[in-house]
Amino acid sequence: MHRTKVKIAEDALDANTTIADANRHDFDHAGVRVVNLMSAPGAGKTTLLEATLPGLDARVGVLEGDVQGSMDADRIAHLHVPVVQLNTGAGFGGECHLDANMVRSALPDLDLDQIDLLVIENVGNLVCPAEFRVGEDARAMICSVAEGEDKPLKYPLMFRACELVVINKVDLLPHLEYDIEKLRHNLESVNPDAEVIECSARTGERTDAFGEWLSRVAAREAAAV
Amino acid sequence: MHELSLATGIVETVVRHADGRPVTSVDMRIGTLRQVVPESLEFYFGICSRDTVCEGATLEQEIIQARLSCRACGEQWELDEPDFRCRSCAGSDVEVVAGTEFEVDSIEVTEEISTDQEEAGCIAPR
Repeated sequence: MHRTKVKIAEDALDANTTIADANRHDFDHAGVRVVNLMSAPGAGKTTLLEATLPGLDARVGVLEGDVQGSMDADRIAHLHVPVVQLNTGAGFGGECHLDANMVRSALPDLDLDQIDLLVIENVGNLVCPAEFRVGEDARAMICSVAEGEDKPLKYPLMFRACELVVINKVDLLPHLEYDIEKLRHNLESVNPDAEVIECSARTGERTDAFGEWLSRVAAREAAAV
Repeated sequence: MHELSLATGIVETVVRHADGRPVTSVDMRIGTLRQVVPESLEFYFGICSRDTVCEGATLEQEIIQARLSCRACGEQWELDEPDFRCRSCAGSDVEVVAGTEFEVDSIEVTEEISTDQEEAGCIAPR
């Protein structure tokens, strides 16, 4: 028996990236732009989609990622928007994020020819989803004012991974000791280039800005993988 | 909490390269920006590697300090606090030079070799 050192020098998430590239190729081929929407649980991803998707110019579809259940997918289906539910775990427990392979497994259920934009609503989590590309064109996140101003400093990986940060639930501001300027300052420290939208998905206040952002992504040219 | 997913990625990568040979150690290069807790990664690696060629292997983690470089003024510095603006000119056109690594650098495998090879001191590459 002999011990041998084998040089590898390979990203340990390379397998995921390869599948993400394959997804991206399929999306590009169908002319579909893809948004990966992330946030902590309860930040308002589904509510924001409910507030914006009905008024969108682009033909949109939704992929709902949840550990369990189809409550969110049912809400989206009420909008007459094509939706596919992806559950990451059978029974109790399951993956806390979507990875490229899970998204790939849902592609046969999605009629890509009927949509221009696919919104992938990731599992609510501020850590793991930032690590796994799924084949998206753009990454956006929601951070609600109920979560505290320090979140960009605690989860820089997520806040840096996103080109858009939506600050949701601003209708709650009168009831909270929340300093939105402090949040913006922390966000600028971590991701100075991020676009920021302040809105309330519940009241509809300024949610049109998110709809406009989705439309801009839908109109993007396919970039080379 | 993401260490479980990361450990799964490590085991998958190593198994692919080990070619069935038992693995005794795995050398990782991990940037500080990946926010990995070394003890947690080691714990989950032990669980994920069960019943694979990696079972019982040690996980060596070389931590790579995050380094930034300002494209505007050329300042280079190590990042200790999560503030990605240039510490010299406060600009935002900053490049992350190091610190995002999550790489299997090398592995050590055990393999049987013939007496001839052992005497010649050479091992056939696989």
